[in-house]
Amino acid sequence: MTLDPTGTPAPLLELAGVSKSFGPVVALDRVDLRIGAAEAVGLIGDNGAGKSTLVKILSGLFPPSTGSIRFDGADVSFSTPLDARAAGIEMIYQDLALCGDLDVAANVFLGRERKRAYGPFRLLDRSGMREAARAVMRDLGTDVGPDRLVAALSGGERQLVAVARALQFQPRLLLLDEPTAALSSEKIRVLLRLIEQLKARGVSILLISHRFTDILHVCDRVVVVRQGRIAGELAPHALPPERTMAAMHALMTGDQLVPSA
Amino acid sequence: MSGAARPGQAMLPERPAPRRLATAWASARQRQDSALGLLAMLLLLGVVLTVASPYFLTTTNLLNIGRGIAIVGIVAVGETIVIISGGFDLSVGSTMAAAGMAAGYLVTQDVPIGVAFAVALAVGLVVGLVNGAIISRARINPLIATLATLAIVRGLSYVISGGKEIVVQNEAFLALGTGDLLGIPYIVIVLVATFLVFAWAMPRTSFGRYAYAIGSSARAAQRAGVPVARWQIAFYSTCGVLASVAGLVFVARTGNAQPSAALGIELDVITAVILGGTSLNGGRGRLSGTFIGLLLLGVVNNGLVLVGVPAFWQQVVKGAILLLAVLYDELRRHRADEA
Repeated sequence: MTLDPTGTPAPLLELAGVSKSFGPVVALDRVDLRIGAAEAVGLIGDNGAGKSTLVKILSGLFPPSTGSIRFDGADVSFSTPLDARAAGIEMIYQDLALCGDLDVAANVFLGRERKRAYGPFRLLDRSGMREAARAVMRDLGTDVGPDRLVAALSGGERQLVAVARALQFQPRLLLLDEPTAALSSEKIRVLLRLIEQLKARGVSILLISHRFTDILHVCDRVVVVRQGRIAGELAPHALPPERTMAAMHALMTGDQLVPSA
Repeated sequence: MSGAARPGQAMLPERPAPRRLATAWASARQRQDSALGLLAMLLLLGVVLTVASPYFLTTTNLLNIGRGIAIVGIVAVGETIVIISGGFDLSVGSTMAAAGMAAGYLVTQDVPIGVAFAVALAVGLVVGLVNGAIISRARINPLIATLATLAIVRGLSYVISGGKEIVVQNEAFLALGTGDLLGIPYIVIVLVATFLVFAWAMPRTSFGRYAYAIGSSARAAQRAGVPVARWQIAFYSTCGVLASVAGLVFVARTGNAQPSAALGIELDVITAVILGGTSLNGGRGRLSGTFIGLLLLGVVNNGLVLVGVPAFWQQVVKGAILLLAVLYDELRRHRADEA
């Protein structure tokens, strides 16, 4: 961990003045955001507030129009999802982004297949990937086999495949976009517990959720975006939950100014 | 992670072992059943034709079937890959004609046959690159895009040749169509080799893996970092080059290059692919299935001739088979969705 001159740990991720326009539409307007190592940050905001634009920039789907991104002490610019993944940023999409016709192992390694040299050919290392996928799925507490077709899995099992894909590559920062939207309350608890364990292992988390309770549960800090800007920031454990929720809601809608918590 | 901290455990529905076995069986069937069903149909048809005609089960006739399916089969390999990747290529027949014309013209100008063949393959490569580029970058529906290139490439073949056919007298070229190795025609060897190479490569290479991934969900593949457009261009290019190979075989077989060659061959090619169990929705399919579909189609054609069905009816039968194959694909998909 690097220290800045004041002696505080430098953040893992630091966005400075990040803006993104699509034609005349300004989706993100000079956003500054820091996420520390092993810190879990919640990101909330209404539909269209800029949450998904921010996440897409971080996951390498498109670059910002202006502004800079520092990750792990270095300036970075991601032009493809592979760049972001190579830097240590993994993303779990709301729709999980799995290929139903591929098996579990192929999904876990999709885009970053292991290869082996056979004479002049570099071929897929199928047995190696199968065993590694089996191991990471087992690590998540499931015995869903690496040869199972993803289309044949239950919703919860698919969620685990998406998590396994992120964990397989030892991420430094995990972006989760509405991970609980399609889950039952029981499965939500399991997922939130998993997020806490990742945090304990030193992984930073950026959690996007409509469910305030999820965010209060696992996040050290909540960032509220509204109309492409950071509307404010809250420390959820500083206030009683009801007051935090009320403050988050106020920041999201812009109804009233809330003093920094 | 261990002990109490086993996340995900609760996410799994508790499922008794027999049920899990049943799921595994269902997923294995889902992958194989069409191939097995087709193989059974092929054998049944073979038995019926053996009884119906004394000529069916002769070496000469079987080799005739092999020669008859070689051209369609080589194209079907490329078409299978494109359809697995979620695409479609209608321009293969035009590409065959254009490639054949290019090679035919060059050899009559005394250009070395190797160069002529290379140029012919390049023609297919260019058509494939163009198809792939329009479909992946400009996001034009593949049916429309390749319908357009079908017309353009065919039209250019007519324009450049003035509509005239070219008689090929180059012996090496013609030998490809008539020669054999230990009794097996060269073109059958080319057909089988093409299938074997790609059937071997599909499960073992990124090329194959990404064809299935993009066909299953181009969006998911994109998000995982797969350069989707580049791979789509690669699949269409492969299909174009294989169409060129088939175009060369066509000229070698018939002895002349015609701008009207392989008109309507898409029907046979696509029938073989869909009959072989490749899903029109992409993501699912096998070259082994296409091969069996191709054999079935070849045997049906052959059988119709042997039992004396008029030629015009053959077209009707082929269309009906395609319709049945598509219906079956649709049925299977609904079943899979319900499961």
